[in-house]
Amino acid sequence: MTYAVRSATVRFGPAVALDDVTVEVPGGSVVAVVGGDGAGKSTLLRALAGEVSLDAGTVEAPPRQRLGYLPASSGSWAALTVTQNIDFVAGIYGLASDELAARRAELLDRAALTPAAGRLAAQLSGGMRRKLGFVMAIVHRPALLILDEPTTGIDPVSRIDLWRLVSEAAASGAAVLMSTTYLDEAERAGHLVVLDRGRVLVQGPYDRVRADFAGDITQASQPVRAEWAWRRGRVRHEYWPGGVPSTPSTPPGLPPGTTAVEPDLEDIVIALSLARRNTVPS
Amino acid sequence: MIVKEFRELVRDRRTLAMLIVMPLLLLVIFGYAANFYVSSVKTAVVGPQASQVVAMLPSFFDVTVTEPGGTQADARTLLRDNTVDVAFVTGKTPVPALVDGSNLFAAQSAVAALNKAGDQVKTQVLYNPGLKTSWVMVPAIIGLILTFIGTIITSIGMVRERESGTLEQLAVMPIRPSRVILGKIAPYFLVAALDMIIVTVLGILLFSVPFNGNPLAFALGAAIFLFVVLGLGVFISTISQTVGQAIQTAFFFLLPQILLSGMIFPLEAMAAGVRWIGYLLPLTYFTMISQGIMLRGAPIASLWLPFVVLTVMAVVVFTGATLRFRRDLAPGRPARPARPAHGPAAATEPAAAGGQANTAGTA
Repeated sequence: MTYAVRSATVRFGPAVALDDVTVEVPGGSVVAVVGGDGAGKSTLLRALAGEVSLDAGTVEAPPRQRLGYLPASSGSWAALTVTQNIDFVAGIYGLASDELAARRAELLDRAALTPAAGRLAAQLSGGMRRKLGFVMAIVHRPALLILDEPTTGIDPVSRIDLWRLVSEAAASGAAVLMSTTYLDEAERAGHLVVLDRGRVLVQGPYDRVRADFAGDITQASQPVRAEWAWRRGRVRHEYWPGGVPSTPSTPPGLPPGTTAVEPDLEDIVIALSLARRNTVPS
Repeated sequence: MIVKEFRELVRDRRTLAMLIVMPLLLLVIFGYAANFYVSSVKTAVVGPQASQVVAMLPSFFDVTVTEPGGTQADARTLLRDNTVDVAFVTGKTPVPALVDGSNLFAAQSAVAALNKAGDQVKTQVLYNPGLKTSWVMVPAIIGLILTFIGTIITSIGMVRERESGTLEQLAVMPIRPSRVILGKIAPYFLVAALDMIIVTVLGILLFSVPFNGNPLAFALGAAIFLFVVLGLGVFISTISQTVGQAIQTAFFFLLPQILLSGMIFPLEAMAAGVRWIGYLLPLTYFTMISQGIMLRGAPIASLWLPFVVLTVMAVVVFTGATLRFRRDLAPGRPARPARPAHGPAAATEPAAAGGQANTAGTA
């Protein structure tokens, strides 16, 4: 089962939030959407969830009964307990009595929330509250699970817990589309989509994205072209879309004081964003 | 810092409105509406010598009904139905003058004027013999409490859902927007109804306010009024992104109702330019109903006008507000059942009506 948005364009007034975007989410896999602020990540997720109307394109998604959604906010009702939150959502999806009790116990256990079952959502830590939101999103075993930055702002241990839950959901057959600002998370996904200002810069499995990446990345204390450079730790990385050029004064190879680096996903995302911004006027 | 503050202020239109509109509003209200002096009272003169008595009455008594064949019972009916504030029953000496005490300020002015007539007139105040302020305020306060719960508390509750992002979550769940709206509103409706009962009973017990009319008619009026104010609350929630904004906006709706509904300042004493605002406010009509039923024992038939106006307001405001809220709740849902989308997912699992598979044309 594959769900998708195809050739999707979404405009908010004069602003184009999504511009001819096509993303497929196959069942049993995790698709991670990455990009900077205003890249269109949430709009893409909300379009697939039916929360945003398309100006052009199509959406292929399951009925609401088979859709799970964790918004970028807490995703739970602060004045309800953990159990009440789960029961409320489960009730909407038609789960009741023994089936609900068994499912609730299973999910609370997997999310390590059993000791907090009687606590108000407002009293939970950020990580616990996100895990509760995740549990509420999968309580009905959705075919398509949409997670809007599920791990943003939570501690590393909770991130690991959440990733385990996401992986388990995908392993059970759900198609998972999630946005994230953590590129190490995106590398783990089976398929990643890099968005920039509403357009797909690149997408595919991480290994293929990396293999298809054209050009060179160098590092130096001072970049040759500031508009193609960014800071990584104590040094600056620089992108050469056509490869490092050779000039009459410098032999083929790297400019003085620079060394080549093997690009990671962060380099690739920034390099592709710079390539678009330096060639396409905003 | 000062420049920054001004820049923020200019962009915060609601606060700006409070700073500019509110002083103007208060100036206008207190300048034109804050008047306890009633310059004339609607008067009926019944009985065989009605014409002669009408000729003798000073201009303060604005005679709107003259019935030579009328009796004291007819006079009481005119007062009960709020057709007039004062009724003279001619044919006896001294002439009985019946005064509607539920219209406090008119009654006070009328009694003062009648006292000048000495032994020629025998004054009898009906419905509020002691001319107690609490007797006319308690029925109005009931409406104010319903307004408070309906607008401020309801809008806060609904905006909180939006602010916390859970409204977005509800929007993608397989639950009809009408059920979401019903679920959000029903508790406030019930709490407001409970509050109304408590305040009414306490008003009766603590202030000896009478309840002369039909409780069912009162409940019906309160229910219709609740739909109006709940509709206002829902409407406020649709134009507010935060709880703070909702409270600010609700304040704009609440303040005129307190000052211009006739609860504090008599409508008939207001300048015509301000009085019409009072006639646009739902609390004005609920106060007519609550005072009419509780104090005068008026039947629905004699209160048809406020009932009809409130019903029209309820239909317009509640329907409009819930439609706006529904639009916010389901912006991406197709208005018509979605066409089956092309593709492998849709081919094996077509979207249900109101479901997710849609195209730009139907979204």
